[in-house]
Amino acid sequence: MTTELICAGFGGQGVLTIGKFIAKAGMKEGKNVSWLPSYGPEMRGGTANVSTVVSDEEIASPIVSFPDVLVALNQPSIDKFAPSIRPGGILILNTNMCPHGCKRDDIVQIAAPLVDIAKEIGDPMVLNMLAIGVLIGKTGLIKYETMEEDLTSYMKSRNPELLKLNLEAIKRGIDIAKNAK
Amino acid sequence: MAKILMKGNEAVAEAAIRSGCRLYFAYPITPQSELIEYMARMMPKVNGTFLQAESEVAAINMVYGAAGCGKRVMTSSSSPGVSLKMEGVSYIAGAQLPCVIINVQRGGPGLGDIQPAQGDYFQATKGGGHGDYRLIVMAPSSVQEFADMASEAFDLADKYRNPVMILADGMLGQMMEPVEFKTARTDEEIADMWLQHKSWCIQPNEDGDKKHHHEINSLEIDPLVLEQHVNKLYEKYAEIEKNEISYEKFNVSDDNEILCVAWGTASRVVKSAINEIKVSGKSVGLIRPINVWPFPYEELKKAIGPKVKKVYVFELNTGQMLDDVKIAVAGKVPVDFWGKVGGVVFTPAEILEKLELALKE
Repeated sequence: MTTELICAGFGGQGVLTIGKFIAKAGMKEGKNVSWLPSYGPEMRGGTANVSTVVSDEEIASPIVSFPDVLVALNQPSIDKFAPSIRPGGILILNTNMCPHGCKRDDIVQIAAPLVDIAKEIGDPMVLNMLAIGVLIGKTGLIKYETMEEDLTSYMKSRNPELLKLNLEAIKRGIDIAKNAK
Repeated sequence: MAKILMKGNEAVAEAAIRSGCRLYFAYPITPQSELIEYMARMMPKVNGTFLQAESEVAAINMVYGAAGCGKRVMTSSSSPGVSLKMEGVSYIAGAQLPCVIINVQRGGPGLGDIQPAQGDYFQATKGGGHGDYRLIVMAPSSVQEFADMASEAFDLADKYRNPVMILADGMLGQMMEPVEFKTARTDEEIADMWLQHKSWCIQPNEDGDKKHHHEINSLEIDPLVLEQHVNKLYEKYAEIEKNEISYEKFNVSDDNEILCVAWGTASRVVKSAINEIKVSGKSVGLIRPINVWPFPYEELKKAIGPKVKKVYVFELNTGQMLDDVKIAVAGKVPVDFWGKVGGVVFTPAEILEKLELALKE
């Protein structure tokens, strides 16, 4: 199976990191992965996006034309990428910054005020981890344990407090996905 | 060794160090900056030398000097920077010195932009610098292959005493994929590697006999001597053409209705489209030259199956490898081309559309 994912948002929201953690965890679970960022001047204050592919087979193109999953942290990301989501695909959107949402009814939409929830958890920076939670909670693409293990090895000695918040954010995201209709 | 998720730029740098590269000279440029950053960070840790030169011209001439001393040396840049290096590359080829040059291509001509492109195929394979010389040119299509090519490139450079270019692009440089590295060469092994250059490279002249000195030079004022030298180079290139053809066959079979030819990043997009086409029961194959010089002319011609209506070339330029494909196909079937330029990368959907149209013809 191959899952093609696009994460998009404003530069600074941590969308590239979402893709990176998913790719890294996918690799640790023995899958083929690729991570292709948008790079260049558009990242400066503009929009950032990353194409991530997780697959049991060899990955042909790392460029994603029709994503199975789109994580959109702002409205421009929906406007740009939502029309190309594969029918039956998933859109995870941050209602705080997506005032117009997405009109498609042939995809599964999970909408939540991710910025508000991140603040509630205790740090707006965990926004991207929250999105990862929703993503893995809905798709089962990556096991929570793999994410926990990876984040722990990466952050435990550097910032144990932030690690705690990040893990909490992922769990909260998984709950949001499970409770979504 | 466990796989690591790494950018192509970093992976190729790490692989170069592991294969014994201890000298690296370069000047920064996007989209290969992670490569020079990685070298700046890691070279001191292996007692190597990292030097950010004052220009690309200076960097390639430092490579010339180090290669003349028989050491494993590398430089890297992106398209406009590689153009600046071309004089030095010609000198290095003329003086028959081994070294590795990496070009992480971006859009051109001129300063162009910083997005992925394949516009330097002509420069890499047909000259670039002046004079009758050839580079061995390797074109990776994944981060793993990019890394593997670093050590192959050094070995080939040593084997033929010839500069080797790895022709990547901004996408391969910037993207991350899992990569597994070969065991790093030890200091003793690296010292041993130098011994194979002892017969020609610059070194202390222990017995003081001037007849025993080695000369590193690309200047031959006497035309008859230069003629001999260039003919000798030509023999070497013929040897390389015989031994170093490398290509991948993807879905090539007697059922193929179209045979695609693509290299590097472009080939991956074409593979995705071919996988989609398979579902509809149509058969499209792909030949991917892994080394673009020497080019697999004969192998490409042989891969054209009995039902092939067209050979379709896809590149991120206006048709450069296309010329080599036409030479290979030699009029056997029509050759068509489609490409995108300016740093715009075609998508699997676009290639799919082109192939579907061609299948209906």
